[in-house]
Amino acid sequence: MADEQIVMAHGGGGALTHELLTETILPALGSSSYRLPDAADLPGEAGLVFTTDAFVVKPLFFRGGDIGSLSVHGTVNDLAVSGAKPIALTMTLVLEEGLSLETVEAVTASAGAAARACGAPIVAGDTKVVARGEADELFITTAGVGRRVPELTLPGLRDGDRVLISGPIADHGIAVMSQREGIDFQTRVRSDSAPVWPLVEALVAAGIDVHAMRDPTRGGLAAVCAEFAEDYGLSITLHEEDIPVRPETAAACSILGLDPLTVANEGKLTAFVAAEDADRALAALRSAPGGEHAAVIGVVTARRTVPVTLRTRFGGQRLVEMPYGEDLPRIC
Amino acid sequence: MDRQASDAIIARIAGATEAVGRTIRIMEVCGTHTHAIGRGGLRAVLPKGIALISGPGCPVCVTSQRDVERMLLLADRGDVTVCTFGDMIRVPGVTTSLERRRANGADVRVVYSPTDALELAASRPEREVVFLGVGFETTAPGIAATVLQAQSRGIANYSVYACHKLIVPAMEAVLSEGSRIDGFLTPGHVSVIIGPEAYEALSQTHGIPCVATGFEPTDVLEGIAQLVEHVRDRRPGSFVQYRRAVRPGGNRRAWDTLMRVFAIADAEWRGLGNIPESGLAFRPEFAAYDAVTRFDLPEVAPVSLAGCRCGDVLKGAIEPQECPHFGRPCTPRNPLGPCMVSSEGSCAARYKYG
Repeated sequence: MADEQIVMAHGGGGALTHELLTETILPALGSSSYRLPDAADLPGEAGLVFTTDAFVVKPLFFRGGDIGSLSVHGTVNDLAVSGAKPIALTMTLVLEEGLSLETVEAVTASAGAAARACGAPIVAGDTKVVARGEADELFITTAGVGRRVPELTLPGLRDGDRVLISGPIADHGIAVMSQREGIDFQTRVRSDSAPVWPLVEALVAAGIDVHAMRDPTRGGLAAVCAEFAEDYGLSITLHEEDIPVRPETAAACSILGLDPLTVANEGKLTAFVAAEDADRALAALRSAPGGEHAAVIGVVTARRTVPVTLRTRFGGQRLVEMPYGEDLPRIC
Repeated sequence: MDRQASDAIIARIAGATEAVGRTIRIMEVCGTHTHAIGRGGLRAVLPKGIALISGPGCPVCVTSQRDVERMLLLADRGDVTVCTFGDMIRVPGVTTSLERRRANGADVRVVYSPTDALELAASRPEREVVFLGVGFETTAPGIAATVLQAQSRGIANYSVYACHKLIVPAMEAVLSEGSRIDGFLTPGHVSVIIGPEAYEALSQTHGIPCVATGFEPTDVLEGIAQLVEHVRDRRPGSFVQYRRAVRPGGNRRAWDTLMRVFAIADAEWRGLGNIPESGLAFRPEFAAYDAVTRFDLPEVAPVSLAGCRCGDVLKGAIEPQECPHFGRPCTPRNPLGPCMVSSEGSCAARYKYG
């Protein structure tokens, strides 16, 4: 281990991130858990859920969002998919010497507006400045507390469950990537950065017994499915022709050699529900803001040799692997 | 294309394969085809009598280990920014990789176009910028164009480590190695540049049909259908499926740009060794843009990666799964060789997509 170093792929949310956590960080922390979940119940505080997230997206401003609103959405979404309604946030800013005050103001104004819109105000924070070159403009860490919704027991995946996605995938990763220095090609793709709580609330209001939820951020839909399949010892089959992808996003993925399944989203919800609830869950998602293009995209089965399979639109099939993680550094 | 149309093509393939009455071995020369076949899950829909064999058309994979080691030497120089297509960054050297050198402070950047590298050089005249030129007739003209631009704009800190390859000599080499191939799916984009005529001599000499094929899964299915029908009818020749892009005679302008900067030269390929007139070398008048002479890079002794059988995979001698290291320990995360690294590599495609 002495000669091993952090490489960019360790931050990609894929297999290497998982390895870093399970083989280095968790043992070093002395954690008894085999993973650090995105959000966790506060010990001794029934019903309170706590989470934290860091944001290093580059560029700071991109079509459809910026690091400020993203830092709010990322954290409230971790709470939402854990079944908790966001209550309040904290925000830590690390600023690079030389950054314009105008930038700081624009970013924090955006964060404040996003937090208010989510009903989760930013109630505490910290600001640090480092010398020029010791950070790249601005990094943000937010933490959030939410209250668990009793109806959302999230018992976990079951054989026969249907997989739902709340809308077209891969927009965030492509929007950020397409504006990145050196890869500035013309595309109209906008980030989907948004809170997913309204989608979760719509499922609750419809009385859906949601078995599991996740927001497919880094690593995309592929990582979510790979993780769930592994955690529950089940398999998942996705149907390519049912997965919504905007044509311009698909074109950009094709140019960049990316698989939309592995590209990040920042305002999408993946939900697993019993087959008999799928139609009602779909209707509930479609009635909620941001869920207009929701779709049923796959099915959970008993474990086969392959954890996640994609049925392609030609009737072929292929594996969906946990992405390695280096494709899109600093997208969130 | 809808499911009905693709089903009709698959039925055509099945009919012609049955008429031939034996296994038909089709080599998809191009790594992008390998990738498209994997992503489309096409193996699962083809009849059992079709064997798809991946050829030597993954640019990163065919780059010789000596070239990889010399690229790493470039990255070690403090005065050089190395720009590369993303696939190259994790290709293992004997002791390290560009990714690991970068983690150690080397200035290695992933770009999507050689133009990005040229603009980086223009914006930072105090620093040397080297673009790692790998690839075939598709990427080489664009790289040649950046050299011409550097010359006309007086950008003196830009150079290229050029190890481009030509596709037809590699197909000849595969056949001379004794691989039994019934037909070639030839690369659509290379064919756009060199024209379908470029395969005619090889096709007639060996009696093997070639079909220049596009990259959508339906293109690949249609290309396979045409190939199998030509095999059934014992009809060699160079044919075009990818008609929306491939024109007779190819793209002369791109080819002329290429030939202004580079001349055809011998090249070393992973697995296939030295193949006469299979690569591109800087013409003497452009030597200033050749990173090898500019930085006086030393010759590197031939080296091989311990245990790696990428060479045999590239020749079509073994299937990726027949390599004793496939999947254990060699995976995209922990690649022993380049075929497991590149998205166009046949091992990575098989590992990823099954």
